Amino acid sequence: MSNYTNSELLRFTTAGSVDDGKSTLIGRMLYDSKSIYQDQYDAVVTASQRRGEEEVNLALLTDGLRSEREQGITIDVAYRYFSTPKRKFIIADTPGHIQYTRNMVTGASTANVALVLVDARNGVVEQTKRHAIIASLLQIPHLVVCINKMDLVDYKQEAFDRIQDEFEKFAAKLDVSDVHFIPISALKGDNVVHRSEKTNWYDGPTLMYYLENVHIASDHNFIDARFPVQYVIRPRADEYHDYRGYAGRIAGGVMKVGDRVTLLPSGFTTGIKEIKGADGTQEEAFPPQSVTVLLEEDFDLSRGDMIVRQNNQPHIVQDVELMVCWFDHEKPLAVRGKYMIQHTTQNVRCIIKEIRYKLDINSLHRDEDDKSIRMNDIARVVIRTTKPLFTDPYRKNRITGSVIFVDEGNNSTVGAGMII
Amino acid sequence: MDYQINHLKELESESIFIMREVAAQFENPVIMFSGGKDSILMVHLAHKAFFPAKIPFPLLHIDTGHNFDETIRYRDELVERLGATLIVGSVEEAIKSGEATEEKGHNASRNALQTGVLLASLEKGKYDAALGGARRDEEKARAKERFFSHRDEFGQWDPKNQRPELWNIFNGKHRMGEHFRIFPISNWTELDVWQYLAIEKVPLPSLYFAHKRSVFERDGTLLANSEFIDRKDSEIPFEEMVRCRTIGDVTCTGVWKSEAATIEDIITEVSTTRMTERGGRTDDKRSETSMEDRKKQGYF
Repeated sequence: MSNYTNSELLRFTTAGSVDDGKSTLIGRMLYDSKSIYQDQYDAVVTASQRRGEEEVNLALLTDGLRSEREQGITIDVAYRYFSTPKRKFIIADTPGHIQYTRNMVTGASTANVALVLVDARNGVVEQTKRHAIIASLLQIPHLVVCINKMDLVDYKQEAFDRIQDEFEKFAAKLDVSDVHFIPISALKGDNVVHRSEKTNWYDGPTLMYYLENVHIASDHNFIDARFPVQYVIRPRADEYHDYRGYAGRIAGGVMKVGDRVTLLPSGFTTGIKEIKGADGTQEEAFPPQSVTVLLEEDFDLSRGDMIVRQNNQPHIVQDVELMVCWFDHEKPLAVRGKYMIQHTTQNVRCIIKEIRYKLDINSLHRDEDDKSIRMNDIARVVIRTTKPLFTDPYRKNRITGSVIFVDEGNNSTVGAGMII
Repeated sequence: MDYQINHLKELESESIFIMREVAAQFENPVIMFSGGKDSILMVHLAHKAFFPAKIPFPLLHIDTGHNFDETIRYRDELVERLGATLIVGSVEEAIKSGEATEEKGHNASRNALQTGVLLASLEKGKYDAALGGARRDEEKARAKERFFSHRDEFGQWDPKNQRPELWNIFNGKHRMGEHFRIFPISNWTELDVWQYLAIEKVPLPSLYFAHKRSVFERDGTLLANSEFIDRKDSEIPFEEMVRCRTIGDVTCTGVWKSEAATIEDIITEVSTTRMTERGGRTDDKRSETSMEDRKKQGYF
């Protein structure tokens, strides 16, 4: 039991088109790591037979909803789970088509690793570039490019090297630092969980080994202390008469008992008296822990306020420049449009001041003339908010650097923003 | 200093975050409590989330009248121990008053009737958020579920209308009459739940552990020989050491042969088993899209 209780949690996205065999790859990972139960496998065999398929279609393990099974493709972000003795994995499985950019952005927002799938016969295509751009935009810390269907190119090293070259040239323009390449065959199982004998020229890890060992501990920001107040705990019972605990999730940095802190927006300073975690009192707290903080003096902090360190503060701004991915299928993002913004635990209203350019998600070209930003488009935008936000650039902190846009009329989430 | 936490601690932190977010964003939340391990986990997490204050939500139990006795006993003990408020929605009463119609036949179950009573209870209590212990690994139709799942005035779930969830930001805004289903343990797997409950030493209903019971076999599944099930003459009961892996009604919960008497035994069994948790749930077997269809109608 101790093996399974001391493992880290790793989230990764899978992005590839239907034809790239992404679902087959996931099915293969679940199957080979013995994370699929017999009855799930049996159900897939039955379903494959019912659909008249010859081989057991592992992709059926991941396609869930009725309309998907009928159409044979995946529509939304689906979450799959499996673990090995080393780690617990959460897969955010998203479609590869451009019209599902918003799904990819969603799945990518919390991912440690982006798994990009390439068909060895076709090499780097528009889709590959698009996925790499999204991974870069969303600042996914690690990228692993799986060159799939190696069985169809005779497991030739030339094919692998050519694709690696092509991708590296393209990726030089992006903000991705940690990229790995692995030759695989999801269908046959080569280098997914088990090492392949057919790729002796390759001495890197299998995909599973990579996923189990990639260093993710530094994926959080442990430098800049940020604690957005989420909820105030006030028991009001006799025993805890004056107790006022500020509950929330550490968004950055390390906070210690005794630290001198600054409260935003008031600017008052005080000290941390106590930190309570899920298991009782703790000396320090770091992301992504949920804790309750007690301060030395009583200030009337409330949800939306932030506790930071005096000499390391976020940018307190009302004019914000961001990269936005638009989700709204009805209304485009337009100048002078008004929206609600959620930033950490704050809710403010904003107005769109300017659209700087639309980003071509396949080429990285910035179009300053095309200002029609519709669903699945990505643009650089300037907004003005009704109240100050306590922000960091998204590159420094994914939590204090991100926002969502909410439509005031129908309450739906219409966009995601990353602060520049 | 090593700034790392293990996966159970990370899951715990995430669930606590969700619950606090619910308390902050909604006027009148409620925890849906069935007495099963997932709702027990939820209550345990809620207790931690708001400590030292009491859990700011009542517990709602939809009682089909076909529960195992042990489930009811456990529920009552837990409520008393935590000083929680318990609200019970009764399917039995709904049947008596004509609001619900009892299924007939050998495979009859009150499972589907819960939906109507649940929706009525939610409306009666004017709850704008109902927290449930569903997990995404449980069933195909739950793999795409959100933490914050928007339901319309009819309690219906439209897979095409769910709001994207990015980073740590949850949009719980809604109009009057609409409510949300919240699933704080979405990312937990069955094994995670057991490991955590073991480490935290949470007391659990005896049904989960091996016990001798009178059972009979139907369609490859063992069911409890209970007065609530219409047993065919050909289905002959016998005594067996069994336990429940998931707890639903007596009428649709498969029990299976097991000697697992402690939680460590259960963990070993679950880690090495060949059948999914809900594999013994005859309510899921009715069609490939059983769960999805029921969700669209407003089922949990």
